[in-house]
Amino acid sequence: MISFLLTFILVFVLYLILTAGSGTIGVWSSSEIIAGFILALAAAAITKNFLCRANNYRMANPARFLLIPVYVIGPFFIEVIKANLDVAYRVLTMNIRPGIIRISSGLKSDLGIFMLANSITLTPGTITVDIDEKTHDLYIHNINVGEGDELRPVIEDRELFALANLPAWIRRIAE
Amino acid sequence: MTIIEALTLFFLAIGIIFNTLGVIGLLRFPDLYTRMHATTKATTFGSVFTTLAVVLYSIGMFAGTSDSQFIVLGIHAAIVALALAFTNAVSSHAIARAAHRSGVKPEQAVVDRLEEAGL
Repeated sequence: MISFLLTFILVFVLYLILTAGSGTIGVWSSSEIIAGFILALAAAAITKNFLCRANNYRMANPARFLLIPVYVIGPFFIEVIKANLDVAYRVLTMNIRPGIIRISSGLKSDLGIFMLANSITLTPGTITVDIDEKTHDLYIHNINVGEGDELRPVIEDRELFALANLPAWIRRIAE
Repeated sequence: MTIIEALTLFFLAIGIIFNTLGVIGLLRFPDLYTRMHATTKATTFGSVFTTLAVVLYSIGMFAGTSDSQFIVLGIHAAIVALALAFTNAVSSHAIARAAHRSGVKPEQAVVDRLEEAGL
């Protein structure tokens, strides 16, 4: 029942965002609100077992999900800008040292691993290539492996990010 | 020229510069993985900034005319930016994993832990 309600609220809010500016009740027209309500009921009935598959509702806590936009706009965006300038420099100078390294994260939940892998992939210069399903270690293709890092079998996750400790943020949000 | 117009032009310029760098990287880098760094990342940063320019433009036009079609334009462009970020991450991960599994080795690599692990 909780999973149905959560999916319904998510779908309905998304529908309202997409149809904003259509009328005069707030910024919506009455026909859009009714259509969105019915469609959200149908979508929630069909997909409730996909959104809440783990039967764990800790992400419904506002203290967690409201941190996600803060995380994306704040530390993550700073890292992306810095890494973009770094890759732009390497495109122009061809000063590269590529390699696939192994990253130990220590994250347990699926969402935490998902957020860390996507943060690493969206940061230019690093791509998540594969994951070890047992230990949750990530294999990262890095465009510029640090001097001496090719000799270490496992590297800590926070060493990938120079300016902000993104793994600590992800741990606070998802674990 | 208002501040919003100036910012719109500034964001467009950033977007186009990074898209150009992505194309140069695609032509210069040696193998698939390094090319993916150039294309998927630099072009996403560029595309996100051009999309943000659209959002800013619609905010400026809405402040000037208060026509509701500009709210629609701005919100849809913001959702495009989000969708670009998500699909880029997932698809580049899928491409890299498929390439490594089908035997494409990284060139000039100083280390390949995934090959050693044999996953």
